[in-house]
Order: sequence, then C-alpha cells, then structure tokens
Amino acid sequence: MEKFDKVHGVAAPMPLINIDTDMIIPKVHLKTIKRSGLGVVLFDEMRYHDDGQENEEFILNKPAYREAEILVAGDNFGCGSSREHAPWAIKDFGIKVVISTSFADIFFNNCFKNGILPIVVEEEHHAVLMEDAQKGENARMTVHLEDQQITTSDGVVIAFDIDPHRKHCLLNGLDDIGLTMEKDHHIDKFEDHASQARPWV
Amino acid sequence: MSPKTLYDKIWDAHVAHEADDGTCLLYIDRHLVHEVTSPQAFEGLRMAGRKVRAPEKTIAVPDHNVPTTPDRVNGIENPESRIQVEALDKNAKDFGIHYYPVNDVRQGIVHIVGPEQGWTLPGMTVVCGDSHTATHGAFGALAHGIGTSEVEHVLATQTLIQKKSKNMKVEITGKLQPGVTAKDITLAVIGETGTAGGTGYVIEYCGEAIRDLSMEGRMTVCNMAIEGGARAGLIAPDETTFEYVKGRPHAPKGAQWEAALNWWKTLFTDEDAHFDKVITLRGEDIAPVVTWGTSPEDVLPITATVPQPEDFEGGKVEAARRSIEYMGLEAGQKLSDVEIDTVFIGSCTNGRIEDLRAAAEILKGKKIKDGMRAMVVPGSGLVRAQAEEEGLAEIFKEAGFEWRLAGCSMCLAMNPDQLQPGERCAATSNRNFEGRQGRGGRTHLLSPAMAAAAAITGRLTDVRELM
Repeated sequence: MEKFDKVHGVAAPMPLINIDTDMIIPKVHLKTIKRSGLGVVLFDEMRYHDDGQENEEFILNKPAYREAEILVAGDNFGCGSSREHAPWAIKDFGIKVVISTSFADIFFNNCFKNGILPIVVEEEHHAVLMEDAQKGENARMTVHLEDQQITTSDGVVIAFDIDPHRKHCLLNGLDDIGLTMEKDHHIDKFEDHASQARPWV
Repeated sequence: MSPKTLYDKIWDAHVAHEADDGTCLLYIDRHLVHEVTSPQAFEGLRMAGRKVRAPEKTIAVPDHNVPTTPDRVNGIENPESRIQVEALDKNAKDFGIHYYPVNDVRQGIVHIVGPEQGWTLPGMTVVCGDSHTATHGAFGALAHGIGTSEVEHVLATQTLIQKKSKNMKVEITGKLQPGVTAKDITLAVIGETGTAGGTGYVIEYCGEAIRDLSMEGRMTVCNMAIEGGARAGLIAPDETTFEYVKGRPHAPKGAQWEAALNWWKTLFTDEDAHFDKVITLRGEDIAPVVTWGTSPEDVLPITATVPQPEDFEGGKVEAARRSIEYMGLEAGQKLSDVEIDTVFIGSCTNGRIEDLRAAAEILKGKKIKDGMRAMVVPGSGLVRAQAEEEGLAEIFKEAGFEWRLAGCSMCLAMNPDQLQPGERCAATSNRNFEGRQGRGGRTHLLSPAMAAAAAITGRLTDVRELM
C-alpha cells in the first residue's frame, strides 16, 4: 500500500448527515470483480441525472471541487453495508481524507485498509472545517498525519486523535496480512489450545 | 475474578494475541462468504500465493445477485452477475471451502443458511463480508460484518485485527402486545437510539420480551443491530437456542454435544457486570411500526403521522426535509393513508419460516389489492420447501403473491427484482436508504404481518385491524 504522509488539497463540504454506502456507491456498481475504476461512479445517484448527465448542483461536479482530496462530511458518514467498494470509489476519485463527527464502524475500518484517513473531530471543530470547505478552491486544507493536525486555509490548526497502530500502518503503507502472518506461531498456539477446549468448533 | 458480560466472555475466549496497545488478533471460528464482497479477496490470495488457512471453517453461498425466478435453473442472464457467481463457484472449488451452489436446495441468504445448517453455534466468532452478519448474534455468537480486505485477511490468517468495543445493554421488559413482533422491537430500538447510537458498542439484547422470542425472532432483532450502528448484537443462549441447534447437520453430536452444551451454559452476562450504556424499553409500549423516511431511525407507530422537519434538531432537520421529499410524503399526513405499489416479503431480516407463517396468517383466504405487485422470497431453499409443506406457499399464491426462489432479491436489488423510480414498497427488509431497492424507489420497512396487511388494503395498515 502507498505510504500516507501529508495531504494539501481542496476540501469539499457535504454537510448531509447519515450518508450511507448506497449513496456512496449504489449496488449496480458492485458487480465488478476488481477493486479499481470506481471513482467515476462515486456518489452516482446524486452526481448524475437519470439520463447520465452530470448534476451541476452536486458538490463534486462544481468546478472548484472537482479535484477535491478531502471530504468534510456530516455525522455518521458511511453507514449501511460493509461494501469496500465505497472506500475503493472514494480513493479512486482522488479523495484521501474524510473528516466527520462520526463514522459507521465497518466503513471506518475499510478506509484504513485502503490508505484513506478518516478523521473524527468534535462538533465545534467540524463547524470550522465545514465553513472553511465552503470557500471553494481557495479552501486548501493541510492534513498532516505524523503531527496529527489539520490546518485550515486561514491557518487554524486542529489536532486529531488516531489509533497508534493504524497511524503506523498508514504512514508506512504496511499490509495487514503480512504483519499478521509474522504472528503465525501465536495463531498456531491458539488453534492447538482451542481444538482441545472446544473440539466441536 | 471481575464479573464479565457475554461479549467479554466470547471475546476473551478468542484472543490469539494481544499487543501492548490493546490491538488484538481475534480468532474466527466461522467465515461465511458470498459472491459480491469476496472476488477481490480471493484474487488477492492468488496474487500473493496464499492459501485459505482454515477451509473447513469457511462456508460460501451465492445470494446477493442470484435471480429468484424459476428460470434461474437455466443460468443467470445478467453477464456481470453471472461472472460474480461463477467466480465464487471457482474460488470455492480452488480453495476447497464448503459450498452451496445456486441450484442446491440448501442455497439461500448466507445469514439464513449458516444457522440452518448448524454452522453458527453459541460462543463462536462469526464474520462475513456483509453487514447483516450481526444476525448470528441471536445464538450468543460474536458476529459482525467486515470489508473485503478483512475477508482476505480472515481467509489468509483465520484472524481479524480488532480492538474491543464497549458494552451496551438493550433490555426489553415485559410482554409484547398482539400484532407486535421482533421486527417492531428492533425498529423501535433504532428509533430510540438513532442509527449512530450503537457506534463503538456491541449490544446485548435481554429482558423478558427477548427471552420469549423464537430463534427466528431473535435473528430478526440481532440482524438490525448494524442499523443502530453497533458492531454486533448478542442474545445469551438458552434452551430455545439449544433446541434450535440440536440435530442440525453441522452441530456437534454425542459426547461433543454434551461438552459443547456445558460450555454454552456458561455464556451469560454475570451479575453486576459493567455496561457502558443501557437502554430499556417496555415491551407493552412497543406498537407495530413503519419507517417514513430514508434512514432506519425514521420509525413511528403505524398510528402516527409523517413528522414536520422542524420537529428535529441539528442536521436532522435538513435530512428529514430531504427524506420527506424523496419519499413523496407530506408532513402531517397519516401513515395509514400512504398508498403502496409493491410488497416485498423476504431478506435476512424476515425471510425465515416464522416470518412466512406470520404473513400467511394475515393473508389466509384473502386477496391482495388489485394492481398490487407482491412477492415472497424465502430466505433459503429449505425455508421454501418447508413453507410448501406447511401449505403457506398456497396461501401466498392464492392471495396473489409471486412465490420465488431463495436469495437477497429486492432487499438490495442487485438482481432483477428492483423498484422503478417513484414506486413505493412495503418491505420486510432492513434498509430504506435512497435508491436501496432501485433508483428512485421508496421503501417503508415493517414486519411480515404488517407487509401482508398492506398488500391486502393497498396502503400502510395497522395489522391489528385485520387480526
């Protein structure tokens, strides 16, 4: 996985709460057996009219936000299904950071597996960031993972928390499976023990 | 020893390794796989030259995009769906995992097949690349959905990298009123907590009204724990659980059964164990409910009216306004006046035999409203066979329902069963999101009995009027 360091880019505001994974990527696009190429259908039903034309009103279709790398979203972002197609589409579009007051659990996990940084901030900080994101292409925020800081376009600095293990994996682009396989002997030992204790499993 | 919750006990029994920062490798007892979220995971294994670590604990079944019309025996017409199902056929064979192919009578929705075949047992850890894996919590198993990267991780290592969630208790006291079902309980709880109320928690459902539920009802309750934002839902196993499990194809037998039973009987929350959050509802207060909006938290008793957006606070005001517009409703409109085009009975929430019995009970000797499109999609081939044996299929067909083959069907509309823009559906499934059942489609979630009532009258209906 690519190493995650620092993002300096346009932040797009999506204040709607409860944006679910069906909105992020509708099921018609889940029939792929690949991970790539889903950026074009990100937010499909909001982004395009029924005839396939772009909806000019949709935030990511506005000239200022077409190259957005950061999304400032409403509460409970990513609720709904476990489909990893949601972060795949976000990543493929070019968004590397999603900021909200809360995320649905599975979506939150899925982001880290794909080199996307989901950041949870307090409501008051969220309001500051949302307002900054409204400024269009001038709203270039900086997200610095090592320092755990977001800097708004006017230089306001907001610190954020992140699980140290996840931070380490993102910064170094580490593959979870490889890491776990290094602990193979622990898994072997557990299986030996469990096959005695619960042989019916 | 400090008192433990049921979640604590199952968690502790499955930690294979704990790092200094509390990150654990949690051992997975059962991994369920379906065609939509697994192809990229198997591809990842192939590219890295990895094997499935425990194929004997891995069970696959196609369900999400299989057609449910009888002609599916001739193959799947949609090329993309067919490729996904064929990929699962091949992956199951190449990696040597248990498999129920599309035309096997045991095929069905993965969360119905697992329990039915006895793969899901109390005290297990169960995962699947599907958020409704929470269903299996009804057995006192720690069960949750995972993404495709985690599917690959479990296939390769039989573990997941996890941090422990917090404990939440949801107690439903007393008895349910007539016409009120497990679906009404689980929707009422989400109405109370909101869709993010469970985020960061594992919920244990308890109380007399939960104890009184059958296993089918308990699965309905746990199934929607995810709609409340929780990682998983749990119900402590008891005689009802053991009775259900006993004799199933993959349940333990003989001396192993006795050994298992001894352990299962220790799986309950100790007195004085700590819960980080507690919600209590009185069973008597729960009414038959429906959803009016596009989030499962938009729940009201059928006797209520569509709310005013201004009744809410914060971001919910705008969300409610958007929902009401999308749903084509008017604030203040009586829910029981809302006319329905389509009725869908099925899904991992309500596609089990008891759900079909409840709907058939209301439909017996009646006809659905003229022009109504109505379908029953049993959760598995075995549920379907049992319903035919019990005469339920005849009741549905005589009433005017289509009697389908097993699959996820119109719950998520990946197969041909979809709503048209503006089409309004009373659905026993779990999500009423915008476009969930088809672009522009409008979904009202409710119980199987309420769905049957709506099919008869052509509008959202208080089932108690038909009882």
